Amino acid sequence: MTPFGRVKSVAAPLPESDIDTDVIFPARFLLLLDKAGLGKHLFNERRYDRAGKPRPDFILNQPPFETARILVAGQRFGSGSSREQAVWALADFGFACVIAPSFGEIFYTNCFKNGVLAIRMDETSHRALLQASQAGDIVTVDLERQRVSWTSGAVSFDIDAYRRRALLEGLDEIAQTLSDDSGAIDDFEARWSSRAPWVQIEGQHAAPDGGKDTP
Amino acid sequence: MSIGRNAPGDHRTGAMGRTLYDKVWDDHTVKGYPDGSCLLYIDRHLVQEVSSPQAFAGLRQAGRKVRRSAANIAVADHAIATGGARRLAPDGLAALQLRRLEDNARDFAVPYIPVSDPRHGIVHVIGPELGFTLPGVTLVCGDSHTCTHGAFGALAFGIGASECEHVLATQTLRQSRQKRMRVRLEGVMPDGVAIKDVSLALISRIGTGGGTGHAIEYAGSAIPALPMEARMTLCNMSVEAGSRVGMVAPDERTFAYLEGRRMAPRGVLWERALDHWRGLPSDPDAVFDRDVAIDLGKLAPYVTWGTNPSEAVPVNGRIPDPASETDAGRRGRLARSLDYMALEPGMRVEDIGIDRVFIGSCTNSRIDDLRAAARVAAGRKVSARVRAMVVPGSAAVRMQAEAEGLDRIFRDAGFDWREAGCSMCVAMNEDRLAPGQRCASTSNRNFEGRQGVGGRTHLMSPAMAAAAAIAGHLADVRSFLS
Repeated sequence: MTPFGRVKSVAAPLPESDIDTDVIFPARFLLLLDKAGLGKHLFNERRYDRAGKPRPDFILNQPPFETARILVAGQRFGSGSSREQAVWALADFGFACVIAPSFGEIFYTNCFKNGVLAIRMDETSHRALLQASQAGDIVTVDLERQRVSWTSGAVSFDIDAYRRRALLEGLDEIAQTLSDDSGAIDDFEARWSSRAPWVQIEGQHAAPDGGKDTP
Repeated sequence: MSIGRNAPGDHRTGAMGRTLYDKVWDDHTVKGYPDGSCLLYIDRHLVQEVSSPQAFAGLRQAGRKVRRSAANIAVADHAIATGGARRLAPDGLAALQLRRLEDNARDFAVPYIPVSDPRHGIVHVIGPELGFTLPGVTLVCGDSHTCTHGAFGALAFGIGASECEHVLATQTLRQSRQKRMRVRLEGVMPDGVAIKDVSLALISRIGTGGGTGHAIEYAGSAIPALPMEARMTLCNMSVEAGSRVGMVAPDERTFAYLEGRRMAPRGVLWERALDHWRGLPSDPDAVFDRDVAIDLGKLAPYVTWGTNPSEAVPVNGRIPDPASETDAGRRGRLARSLDYMALEPGMRVEDIGIDRVFIGSCTNSRIDDLRAAARVAAGRKVSARVRAMVVPGSAAVRMQAEAEGLDRIFRDAGFDWREAGCSMCVAMNEDRLAPGQRCASTSNRNFEGRQGVGGRTHLMSPAMAAAAAIAGHLADVRSFLS
């Protein structure tokens, strides 16, 4: 994962609440198998009309926001489906940071796995930032200093220390778990399988015999 | 309904009772990190075609193996057709996705259940049917409705594809403990009221973010009598309240459901498992951060009118009026929902005509759900203006329903009787709404476009959906039962 640098950009305001992951990335595009190139389907139904032409009233079709790297979203942004495609599409479009009063939990986690910084912001600061975004202010997000600033304001934000480090260093979390914790996982497995041997299913699944077939 | 907030307790000191959630969490803690998060061991992983291709691609790219193949089951449910030639011979992108799942399962030695197999079905229906889902285990899947399995007292939650990859490679996830929320169900549901109505009533009151940051445990005097199917529906809908986790403590009903299933323990192991499982329910002195109580006796059947599951009212109610909403943000949201749903403020819910009916999905496609719908459909006819379908959640549910003659009841009434899959819950297979079509649906999400671009979804219970199919409009199922 690419390390997260400072982001300085216009911020696209999308204040509507409850933008779920079906709106961010409609289900029919989930048939695509790759992470790359999904940005063109981001907010598909909001962004394009039925003929595929950009809707001029949608914020990402309006200059200067089509190049925004920061999205200022509404409450519970990314609720619903666990589809990580929603984050891949945002990142592919060019977003490095999403700021909202609250997020869908799985979406929030998915952001950090893909180098996208998700910031929970209190509603008062969020309102001020939204106004600045709508005015086309250049917004700076500094993860190192945990600060968002714009022409007339600035606010600090909280973030889990591990997630912050993972973003700043572009950490490969799987590699880290494998290198740091493999021994602990081995030990746990040995302990757990002697304490709860019924949990182990090696060999059982293939057994075609027996077992009730009632639903 | 009453809502209370309790003083948060420190659940890690061991000085006070522990909740079901904490017991399963503690059992699976591989190690703790200085920031309070934990590396959690994952016992079970359900792998489906939509969220797994990129995870396996990541493993390949890094030259990594699956740590414990037998801890997984791979099955396709989202993209498959529920009938016709394309069910077994899909084409286009769906064929590529299915083949990718098969290839990955073979290459990484992950047990795979083909679409033609009698064990096939929606991941969240077959996990319990196979006895893959057990009390006290941790279970994940790249699907938000994984909370369904909490009905068995499993700690089960949905994850993204990157986390799927982490589980495949390490059998663990780094997680932070949630706060605990207890939802107490008291009293008895009146006839015509189903557990889906309890979920919709709950979400309409606490909101789609009401459970965020919390693991829900459903408790209260109504739980012991709830069949496992109803518990699964209840836990399934937890994520629509914002919570990744919804659990019910295992009891004799849980054990009776599981005993003898293909992958459930047997003999001495079954006895040892029972001993462990009987210790899982929350201690009497366990503290919850938040408590909610619902009086089931006072509930009516619910339907959603808007574009998120909290926008729900009793079926004998009316569509809300944005003009009476004082908060500008909520007013805008309401107006937008009404505009998308093409509804007028103040109109009666029962005056809303429908075009389609979908009975199915991981929420409501189990045998009890089909029985409830069949009870309404028996001896009646689907309205001429409606196309209605019933999609059993698994091959086993379908067989059982046919053994009971439910398929006959549905077919005679004019319902289309389909084969298992996610079907019209999610618009990524052949079953979907055309733009502007309105559907009475037993699924879990009424989001814009969820059932098809421009489609309009009203969520409700299986019996309510059957009543709507007959009436041709949203209808109070209670008038069908007298």
